Amino acid sequence: MEPIFFLEAAINGILLGGVLALLALGLNLIFGVLDVVWVSYVDLVMLCMYAVYFAVSVYGWPIWAGALLALAAGALLGIAVHLLIISPILTSAPINQFLATGGLLFFLQSFATFLWTTDHRSVRLALPSWEVGGIFLPATRIIPFAISILAVVGLYLFLTRTYIGTAIRAVSQDRDAMALMGANPRHIYLVTSAVGGLMAGLAGTLLSFQYAAHPFFGGQFGPLTFMICVLGGLGNMVGAFVASFIMSEVIAMGGVIMSTEMGYVIAFVIFIVMMFVRPGGILARRE
Amino acid sequence: MTAARAAGAGLLAVLVLQPLIPLGGIRQYVLHVAIQIFIWSFIGSAWSLMGRFGLVSIGHGAFLGVGAYTTVLLWNFFGVTPWLGSLAAAAAAVLLAVVIGIPCFRFRVVGHYFALVTLALGEVIRLLIIAERDWTAGSLGLTLKAAGGDSVWAAQFADKQVFYYGSLAAFLAGLWIWRHVDRGMARAALEAIGEDETAAASVGIRVTRFKLGITVLSAGLTSVGGSLYAQYLTYVNPDTLSGIGVSLKIVFAVVLGGMYSLFGPLVGTALTTALSEGLRIAFGLRFLGMADTIYGLLLMIFIIFLPAGIYGSISDARARRRAAPAKGAIA
Repeated sequence: MEPIFFLEAAINGILLGGVLALLALGLNLIFGVLDVVWVSYVDLVMLCMYAVYFAVSVYGWPIWAGALLALAAGALLGIAVHLLIISPILTSAPINQFLATGGLLFFLQSFATFLWTTDHRSVRLALPSWEVGGIFLPATRIIPFAISILAVVGLYLFLTRTYIGTAIRAVSQDRDAMALMGANPRHIYLVTSAVGGLMAGLAGTLLSFQYAAHPFFGGQFGPLTFMICVLGGLGNMVGAFVASFIMSEVIAMGGVIMSTEMGYVIAFVIFIVMMFVRPGGILARRE
Repeated sequence: MTAARAAGAGLLAVLVLQPLIPLGGIRQYVLHVAIQIFIWSFIGSAWSLMGRFGLVSIGHGAFLGVGAYTTVLLWNFFGVTPWLGSLAAAAAAVLLAVVIGIPCFRFRVVGHYFALVTLALGEVIRLLIIAERDWTAGSLGLTLKAAGGDSVWAAQFADKQVFYYGSLAAFLAGLWIWRHVDRGMARAALEAIGEDETAAASVGIRVTRFKLGITVLSAGLTSVGGSLYAQYLTYVNPDTLSGIGVSLKIVFAVVLGGMYSLFGPLVGTALTTALSEGLRIAFGLRFLGMADTIYGLLLMIFIIFLPAGIYGSISDARARRRAAPAKGAIA
């Protein structure tokens, strides 16, 4: 096979990695602070993609207005999921938390099927494509990548430079001690869920540049997203960022050499093996 | 105790004689629903063997898929009778369980992490089935090659009655195994491991061996359930037999019924089957997705408000009522 195919796959991997990083960071934030796995996180992203689709393609809004709608929808969904589902089971066994958010996954998938059928709906944006040395770089992939990276940097600054961000990180380190210091964990949880939802809204907007919205979109990226979180180390933002690019490269290269499914198979097998050798995440220090 | 036993014997007699009741036109449908309940509660029992000791797997679809596909592929391509094929499938599932189990238990992958490893395993098997489309026909699913009429060799029967008794037998065998584990030494050891691995190891319990044993048993039985289901439906599909969807549905049914009790999986499966069949009849094809929407909603409500499961909550309440006067007497 010609080397240019590999180069193209590698670049596509990096571009995919940017968006995966956004998904993984939003989920990892919630994971790290609340210690609850939102199995249905990517299904919230799916709803935000529908929001963009309806705003832009059906009602003819400009794309930035659609993006704002998706962001608002994401934040509200994050708050709603937290208040209705997560907070009653915050102290239950992990299996019940898995199942409650898994029930939400079934609910959102089938409710979306009920409302909008299983048709694929894509936002058609007329954007240019650049050719660099025989490789096509479509703007529908470059722009989401650039915005993802900016958002990741923004999230990092929010968590390290603002008062509430510092409080969020403190809760993720020790929630009991934080309560003793006079911070209200409930308030922090709510803010975290809202920020996580906001990230889902942004991810939904960016994903709708290149993917069509359909009810089972969550199944495509959901398992991958929380594997990236665990691979990076729960609550470890830098680790999740690195892990996103490792997984996206494996999937892109595996897809070129074998088939798309085999790319995912290899990525998941790497995940399983990494759980055995580095359970704390790729960047964790050995104990 | 004798009253409970008599009730159990009576219920069993009804179950055995049920296919002989003249139900007219709906007879086949009643049998179909009963077979589904028996097979899925058998699989649920197999899952709960692990689940009740804190080994929460959300990838049992992997073993189910291995069981169903190995049996069907061996029959379709090599003409191996499903009686042997399901044994080969169970052996493959056991091997898979060992390959995943040994490192998991050696490196102490527990809790969230164990769940995620099993989840990845379920997805790996689903994607492998799709990727090997030359053999498995990918996402389209695979139909069992017809033997032409009833055949014991091919384990294909036009009459659902045969599968009714077959799945009833499997279900009873599952209950028997569950009870056997429940009353054996292994249960005490596994409960100790589930509570605190280090403490269990310090009193001489072989943690890895016990965990591996129960995992292998659970995987093998799940695979048999998969083979049985494939023979019954004569059709297999990667999305309905492996991957995250079916894995979660197994767990849901068991948790809904109560995973710490013998009849929990049966109660849970009967309820979820009744629910989905009822919703299907009520909505049919008119509101696509409505049935599963209500299903998902009810599951969330149940998990939030009845975390011990329905049957589990009832038996807990009964145990508490029985225990209450005794406590009063001591005080």
